[in-house]
Amino acid sequence: MSEPTLPPLAPPTAFGLSVRTALTMLAFTMAFTALMAGTYLATRDTIDASAEQEKLRLINDILPPVSYDNALLRDAVTLDTAPELGLPKGATIWRARKGDAPVALVMEAVAPDGYSGKIRLVLAVMHDGSLGGVRVVEHRETPGLGDYIDPKKDKNKTAPWIGQFAALAGSDWKVRKDGGAIEYRAGATISARAVTNAVARAAAFARADQDRLFRQGVQP
Amino acid sequence: MSSYNYRDIFWNGFWRQNTGLAQLLGLCPILAVSTSFINGVSLAIATILVMAMSNATVSLLRNLIPYEIRIPVFILIIAALVTVLDLTMNAWLHELYLVLGIFVPLITTNCIVLARVEAYAAKNPALPSAVDGAAMGVGLMLVLAILGGTREVLGTGHLFAGIEMIIPGAQAIQVLPADYPGFLFAILPPGAFIALACLIAAKNWYEARQKHAQLQEKIGGVPAHHHS
Repeated sequence: MSEPTLPPLAPPTAFGLSVRTALTMLAFTMAFTALMAGTYLATRDTIDASAEQEKLRLINDILPPVSYDNALLRDAVTLDTAPELGLPKGATIWRARKGDAPVALVMEAVAPDGYSGKIRLVLAVMHDGSLGGVRVVEHRETPGLGDYIDPKKDKNKTAPWIGQFAALAGSDWKVRKDGGAIEYRAGATISARAVTNAVARAAAFARADQDRLFRQGVQP
Repeated sequence: MSSYNYRDIFWNGFWRQNTGLAQLLGLCPILAVSTSFINGVSLAIATILVMAMSNATVSLLRNLIPYEIRIPVFILIIAALVTVLDLTMNAWLHELYLVLGIFVPLITTNCIVLARVEAYAAKNPALPSAVDGAAMGVGLMLVLAILGGTREVLGTGHLFAGIEMIIPGAQAIQVLPADYPGFLFAILPPGAFIALACLIAAKNWYEARQKHAQLQEKIGGVPAHHHS
């Protein structure tokens, strides 16, 4: 690095120095942007493929892969707005079918009222209205307190909290404190309530609109 | 060109100027991530990679960087390298990325990276610079491993949770009795501050003792009638 030690023979004018410095900055910016762009292009396909695989792995947790036979991730319907799912700016819903018969709708939903911000969920609503399963995709609930909503953090590995939904009828999808049948852990009602209510809202939406959602964009 | 004492460079980063215990730089990620041993060590590994890379790169380019705009150029280089590392790991080291992935972008915000680039790499050749960066990262790993391990054991009663992501089949070890109720305070941010403070105090105590011992040795070796 050129530290200002000896004065140059002819001191540069302020204008000349500015231009030279700006050009150097520009050159560095372009070189390193090119490096990043090159890496992005070289890695894009691999990253897309593994992101898709990860999505499928997550969906396999909430919907058994044997229950459908279509290319689930390709069979999607995009909604411009879905406030029922907590996604006012648009949502994607994937449709599982076997043969041509509808099996389940897989969707993302957001619980806006977690203890520390939004909780992102993915859930599968079966065609008969029951719930295939729910998983927490992203959350910032307190470690060790509210994070049992995520089965990876849940201390109860044999019967994680999030597993309750599938066995219960939709009318019971409220935490016990609110008159439902969903258990929660002492000291962390808010996280459980946020997830429970978001699941109930999303499932109600899917049930009410499932005919439209399954048909939309499909050639007769 | 003078030769570099790599052992000295390493010791400097690992202990004498330890990021977490002496320079107290980059505390935000240290405190946020040290909730468990595996989390802490994972962040440290990612930091070692980034610091070695950014120190080496800046050192190689140091004669091209005008003094007046060195800081924006350094930040540009660090951010670009972190992005490249993030994408590369995501694509070709995906298993590792799943563990370290969330920590890699966090490293850009760690001021220890910029601090070492400015203080060391801008004035020294590439190899010593890379060693300096890596040593700083290893020093960070020491702190994060102790801090993460302590907080995890106190907070949850077990150690190495999440190790199955790094070594498939490995399992967390229950250190305290299985009915240990957990001590939430250790996991929450105040626990991090207090644990780090204890660690810094321990380092200072150890060094003060050593200094004291050296001093006594010196005094003992010098005749009593030396000038006051």
